[in-house]
Amino acid sequence: MADQEKFADLAMAYMAPLYSAALRMTRNPADAEDLVQETYLRAYRGFGGFREGTNLKAWLYRILTNTYINQYRAKKRRPDESELDESEDFYLYNRLGGLEASAANRTPEVEFLESLPEAEVKEALEALPDQFRLAVVLADVEGFSYKEIAEIMDVPVGTVMSRIHRGRRQLQKLLWSFAEGRGLIPDAAAEPATGSGG
Amino acid sequence: MADDCNDVARQIYSYLDGELTVWKRRAIARHLDDCPPCAKGFTFEVELRQVIVSRCRDEVPESLRRRVAEAIGDSGGEAAGHGGDEVR
Repeated sequence: MADQEKFADLAMAYMAPLYSAALRMTRNPADAEDLVQETYLRAYRGFGGFREGTNLKAWLYRILTNTYINQYRAKKRRPDESELDESEDFYLYNRLGGLEASAANRTPEVEFLESLPEAEVKEALEALPDQFRLAVVLADVEGFSYKEIAEIMDVPVGTVMSRIHRGRRQLQKLLWSFAEGRGLIPDAAAEPATGSGG
Repeated sequence: MADDCNDVARQIYSYLDGELTVWKRRAIARHLDDCPPCAKGFTFEVELRQVIVSRCRDEVPESLRRRVAEAIGDSGGEAAGHGGDEVR
C-alpha cells in the first residue's frame, strides 16, 4: 500500500495540466473530467510498472493520450493526416507587419498578442485535427521535448516534428481569421501585403 | 528574401524548441544577430508561444479532485467496470 500512497503524493500535483490537456483533447468539460479520472485510475493500477526516477509527468501524459485515443477518438473517424494544407512560415507575423499600430510606440504585433482572447486561443487549438492538436498541446502548452512527445504518442520523432510545425502554422492561420472576424484587422489590411513575389 | 532568411524561417520552430544541433543553432543565432527582420519574426514566435501558454490554463473543478481522490483512495475495487484494456 505504501506504493499507492506514494502515487497520490506524486501524481495529484499534475491534475491541473492534465485536465487542461484533456479539455483541449475532448473539447468539453464532462468528457475531460471522465478522461482525467480514467487516467488516474489506470495510472494508479499500473503504478507498480512505473520506474522510479523516470519522468512521471510524461508517463501520466502517455496514459492520458492512450486513453483518449482508445476511448474517445475511436468513436469518430480518424482524421486524415494530409488534411492540413501547408502554409508559410511567419504567417501571423508577416500579416501583422502590414497593419498600423493604433497607438504610438506600440507595434501591431504587441497589440495583437496583448488583446488575444483566451477563448480564441482555445478555440483555435481545439479546431486542429487530432494528431496535430495533441502534438502542439504537448509541445507548446506542456513544454515536452520532441523525444518525449514521440514516446507519449508512440510515433517517430520526425513525425512529431512535422505535426508540431504544421499544427502551429495552421493555428496561426486560425488565429488570424478569428482576429479578422472580430474586426481587429481593418479591411484594408485583410489582404496581405504584396510581398509574396517569386 | 535571402537564402539565409529562408533557411532560418524553415528551421525557426526547431530552433525555438531547442531541437537543433549545436552547430545549426549557432548558425541561426548568428543570422538572427545580423538580420533584424528575422530576429523580429523569431521574437514574435517566442512571445506568441508564451501568450498561448498563458491563455490555456483551466481551473480544475473541485468535483473532479474529489472523484479522483475517491477513485484512487478506494484501492480500485468498485471503480473498475471499464473495459480494463491495459495501457501499454
